[in-house]
Amino acid sequence: MIRDITIGQYYPAKSSIHRLDPRVKIVCTLLFLISLFVQNSILGYAIATVFLAVVIKVSKVPLKFIVRGLKAIVILLMFTVVMNLFLTKGGEEIFGFWIFHISEQGLRTSVFMAVRLIYLIMGSSLMTFTTTPNSLTDGIESLLHPLNRFHVPVHEVAMMMSIALRFIPILLEETDKIMKAQIARGADLESGNIIQKTKAMVPILVPLFVSAFRRANDLAMAMEARCYCGGEGRTKMKPLIYKNRDYMAYTVTVVYLVLIIGIGRFVPFKLWIF
Amino acid sequence: MSIKLENLNYTYSPGNAYEKHALKNVNLEIPHGQFVGIIGHTGSGKSTLIQHLNGLMKATSGALYYDGKNIYDEGYDMKALRSQVGLVFQYPEHQLFEVDVLTDVCFGPKNQGLSEEECLKRAKEALELVEFPEKYYHQSPFELSGGQKRRAAIAGVLAMKPKVLVLDEPTAGLDPKGRDDILDQIERLHKETGMTVILVSHSMEDIARYVERIIVMNHGEKLFDGMPKEVFAHYKELEQVGLAAPQVTYMMHDLKAQGMDVRTDVTTIEEAADEIMRCFHD
Ligand SMILES: Nc1ncnc2c1ncn2[C@@H]1O[C@H](COP(=O)(O)OP(=O)(O)O)[C@@H](O)[C@H]1O
Ligand SMILES: [Mg+2]
Repeated sequence: MIRDITIGQYYPAKSSIHRLDPRVKIVCTLLFLISLFVQNSILGYAIATVFLAVVIKVSKVPLKFIVRGLKAIVILLMFTVVMNLFLTKGGEEIFGFWIFHISEQGLRTSVFMAVRLIYLIMGSSLMTFTTTPNSLTDGIESLLHPLNRFHVPVHEVAMMMSIALRFIPILLEETDKIMKAQIARGADLESGNIIQKTKAMVPILVPLFVSAFRRANDLAMAMEARCYCGGEGRTKMKPLIYKNRDYMAYTVTVVYLVLIIGIGRFVPFKLWIF
Repeated sequence: MSIKLENLNYTYSPGNAYEKHALKNVNLEIPHGQFVGIIGHTGSGKSTLIQHLNGLMKATSGALYYDGKNIYDEGYDMKALRSQVGLVFQYPEHQLFEVDVLTDVCFGPKNQGLSEEECLKRAKEALELVEFPEKYYHQSPFELSGGQKRRAAIAGVLAMKPKVLVLDEPTAGLDPKGRDDILDQIERLHKETGMTVILVSHSMEDIARYVERIIVMNHGEKLFDGMPKEVFAHYKELEQVGLAAPQVTYMMHDLKAQGMDVRTDVTTIEEAADEIMRCFHD
């Protein structure tokens, strides 16, 4: 039940996207997100759609998984669309009734805004679907490495992140187990008002915290027993090295970025109001 | 009070990359009062199977009859089922949460809607049943030793007075003495209360001397089902699925191969000793 949460989850598959260096995926995802915001035309979005569709296809992650991640932002999405639709003024009025007025500009902004948000989520969840949490933190650590010079403890932060990420599924599983154990003892987690429901969480939260502390303690002990002492002088078992395919991915993304900016901003193509 | 499983199937995360067909067409009937052992290699589906028995997991397909009624029928009272079929999870001590042992054991009966005094009475009875020392009743459950924690947790389920007691690897992580103590106690419980006991384990040696019936699981399927000596007769097949018959089974087969006229279907060391002595006397 609780395991079905998909956002930020890894989807194991063998694809060229999965094999890419995590740094490439992080940087290219960022470039993709930028590409959504530097232009605002139908041709630009068409290019973005093609790009995203091709990458999804190559990644072998089923579309339904990526779409499932959108559930989390449905409310935000509706809110944005409604707000933009009715509050943006400009151009001719398309629809008017009582206090509700939709202008050309409003329709245009709300549609583009929705597409932007959807692609934003799809793009970033594609990154987490194709990159294991561990290699993601490796990538972040390596990208942020220059900050070391400004005394930012990059390694420590990355280590904390990867431990936290590693613990999420473990704690979810643990929660599931404890919930089941208490339900087996007759605990009622569903019915009752808010106060009763909150009270019903105590038999789950107490063992969960105890277990989290126990695990954290065990892990700290195990790390110290193996002489872990932070990032200074520490080497990697699998150092990140760019391969040809990584350079290719960079090239493709940069070409995409140039194309979308060039065409999206400078080709005056319009379909009705869009 | 019998439990009957018909063509039970369960699939984890269907339609997903992590899809796992964990139970495959399991058919099973457990009459009231039996002491049953479920055994299988790690990952063979034992825990999945027993979580179906009190309705915590719902089968993907198939039916489960408790007392002749299909528990998947509309409007079946799951809460009542859960107080009839008590389930002790693996490492049950991880579910303790109250300020003291007695209050924690009261959690089950309280959820059944019993009065304060009745809860306390039941809790004390249950703690006595598992021989939990009275001087620790008011101690925090987190300050107990591993074996005591486990006893307290088992008492937490017993206090609900279930008719069927299911224990998932109750001896995992205990030392040999703690293991024998717990198993002896479970056996005594079965004798004294007459409840159905279902004991899950991955070690033949552990359960061979206690149970009347052994169900062997392998890759989500029921492989063997019968009296211990019937199951142990398949000791070669058991080895192939990563299990082993108790050592006495091997010894008796070896003796027989050496020309000694012993019975090979003994299951405990005591029986084996008697049988060998009998051969010498003849
Ligand atoms: N929550 C879960 N999600 C997905 N697969 C699971 C889950 N729990 C168990 N499994 C898988 O189902 C199979 C049976 O597991 P389980 O019933 O726990 O076995 P056992 O108790 O015999 O060791 C295993 O292959 C396990 O990996
Ligand atoms: Mg198990």
